[in-house]
Amino acid sequence: MALLEIRNLHVEIDGKEILKGLDLTVNAGEVHAIMGPNGSGKSTLAYVLAGKADYTPTAGEVRFDGKSIFDMTPDERAAAGLFLAFQYPLEIPGVATMTFLRTALNAQRKKRGEAELSTPEFLKKVREVSAKLDINQDMLRRAVNVGFSGGEKKRNEILQMALLEPRLGVLDETDSGLDIDALRIVSEGVNRLRSKERAFVVITHYQRLLDYIVPDVVHVLSKGRIVKTGGKDLALELEARGYAEYQEEVPA
Amino acid sequence: MNAEVAIIKTAAETALAQAFSQARGRLPGDKAITAKRAAAFDVFAKTGLPHRRIEDWKYTDLRALMREAKPLAAPPDAAAKARARSAGALLGDVEARRLVFVDGAFVAELSDVGNLEQGLSVGSLAAALTNGDPTLAAHLGKLAPVSDAAVALNTALMGDGAVIRIAAGSTIERPIHLLFVASDKPAATFTRSLVVVEAGARAMLIESHEGPAGSDYQVNAALEIFVGDEAHVDHVKIIGEGADALHVSTLAAAIGARARFNAFTFTAGGAVVRNQLFLKFDGEDTVAGIRGATLIKGRQHADTTLVADHVARGCQSREMFKTVLDGEAHGVFQGRIIVRPHAQKTDAKMMTRALLLSERAEADNKPELEIFADDVQCGHGATAGALDDDLKFYLMARGIPRAEAEALLIRAFLGEAIEGIEHAGLREALMDAVAAWLEAR
Repeated sequence: MALLEIRNLHVEIDGKEILKGLDLTVNAGEVHAIMGPNGSGKSTLAYVLAGKADYTPTAGEVRFDGKSIFDMTPDERAAAGLFLAFQYPLEIPGVATMTFLRTALNAQRKKRGEAELSTPEFLKKVREVSAKLDINQDMLRRAVNVGFSGGEKKRNEILQMALLEPRLGVLDETDSGLDIDALRIVSEGVNRLRSKERAFVVITHYQRLLDYIVPDVVHVLSKGRIVKTGGKDLALELEARGYAEYQEEVPA
Repeated sequence: MNAEVAIIKTAAETALAQAFSQARGRLPGDKAITAKRAAAFDVFAKTGLPHRRIEDWKYTDLRALMREAKPLAAPPDAAAKARARSAGALLGDVEARRLVFVDGAFVAELSDVGNLEQGLSVGSLAAALTNGDPTLAAHLGKLAPVSDAAVALNTALMGDGAVIRIAAGSTIERPIHLLFVASDKPAATFTRSLVVVEAGARAMLIESHEGPAGSDYQVNAALEIFVGDEAHVDHVKIIGEGADALHVSTLAAAIGARARFNAFTFTAGGAVVRNQLFLKFDGEDTVAGIRGATLIKGRQHADTTLVADHVARGCQSREMFKTVLDGEAHGVFQGRIIVRPHAQKTDAKMMTRALLLSERAEADNKPELEIFADDVQCGHGATAGALDDDLKFYLMARGIPRAEAEALLIRAFLGEAIEGIEHAGLREALMDAVAAWLEAR
């Protein structure tokens, strides 16, 4: 059974249809890249998977681990193992990063019927993961993403993913705004999490990220639909030739 | 002020007039005090209970909100005193010198008046009035404006309260906690306290008000604080009255030169609350932090009215008030910063923010600046809004359920104000109170 199964998904925002019959199947252990021009619906796909309000599915279905997700709240989806790394991680003044991480981790464990982590266990885990992502303790003491640089925010997203250990990680333009060093750190963070049980959907505009996170499958998204699917070489092709031909192929 | 004289007295106004005429003969104080009481009551009698056409009370129409005036509280009986032993639980972990008042009367056997630190003197207002304490003649009524109806009533009917004096240069490490507790008898109390902190002295004062739910008792409390030059005073007031109580309280302070003064008000209880602060910056180069956090729900009404009057030059004041409103609660913030002609180099910034958790809640913010000096830095900001949906989504996308996500954001919202309290134990106690409020939501 596929980990993520999307069939004929139509999604509207404020009455405007953005996704127009999207199909996608992702199996455990796979990394899928979704590439496409601006406005093709990449971020909409990410948000609708995570359950953002106002992103209204009007037709089709999305099954995660065999279960339809439309009736699940965002926190239920997260506890089921779905993680979205935000393109623009939000700043939360007054909420300490450690409090946030711990509340999230324990909320998910509680929902899954697992015991909450003790303080030493939690701290050990955070220290291990943050060191690998070059996140210092000072950052963890600050409020969530407040005063973080763009690169720090993206690393913080990967830190959260590493701590929460989801079954499916959706990365929404995680490469945007990153310099080459940060891109390497973030990619290594993702690659460490790759496993037979876990899958990733990597949404990106550029091929560059895929040099580091090498995908099994590459899809081209245009005007709300997957218009082409291929191997990792498809990304190189797109880099060389651009998206123009795909934008013309699909009638509006 | 409105020039119109209230011709038709309300039931409450009539009852207050009767209470005063019956009590005036037995209220403590010498001739001068008796005259002061009479003059204050005359001020009240002319205007009556403040109503919406009185600008300073525009959003808190006391004439409408106070349908009746309760009889003046009788001295507490043994049962009331016994119950008061469990009061102040919120601050159970905060080590402090407690002075306990039950139904407005000082109760020595519940209070901690032994082993006073060097330089500290404490006593009751009733005793000071009876004994003709010279501190009163010099200070009582010098700061709280009798032109305000609540202060006028308080001055006319003040029965008891605390009188505290801290000698020049003394540091009183242990916080002093004035604990006002109402018994289950629905009565009216008028307490007046006076705190004189002399030059270079340091003290922390906690003032808390509580009482049983289901009793529509009425509290009118006033506190005057004199902060000497280079003194450092922290005042934290906790309004945790019972759900049906009416609470009007006033803090009036005059702050000397190069002093530090912090005032914080935490409001969570009471059906109707009016919290007034009249602060006068009398000396140069003083630094003050005036903050507050209010949590109200149901049909609660809470009004914070602040006047920060910069008379001397070079003072810095920061005002920050946060209100969380649920249900049909009504929150009011009126803040006026006055900068007098000589108060050059004043640096005053006021921020008030309301967080509305319900569409039926209402928040009125009225910030005002009155600036008569030309070389100052003053500003104010006011916001009112709901919880940020995007932030809530971000937290939920990490597995945090909606209620918990909201609680985190609300705690963060109030935390910004509560963090301004220097005493760690108090900060924690108040954050616990916030958590309890959120739990009960």
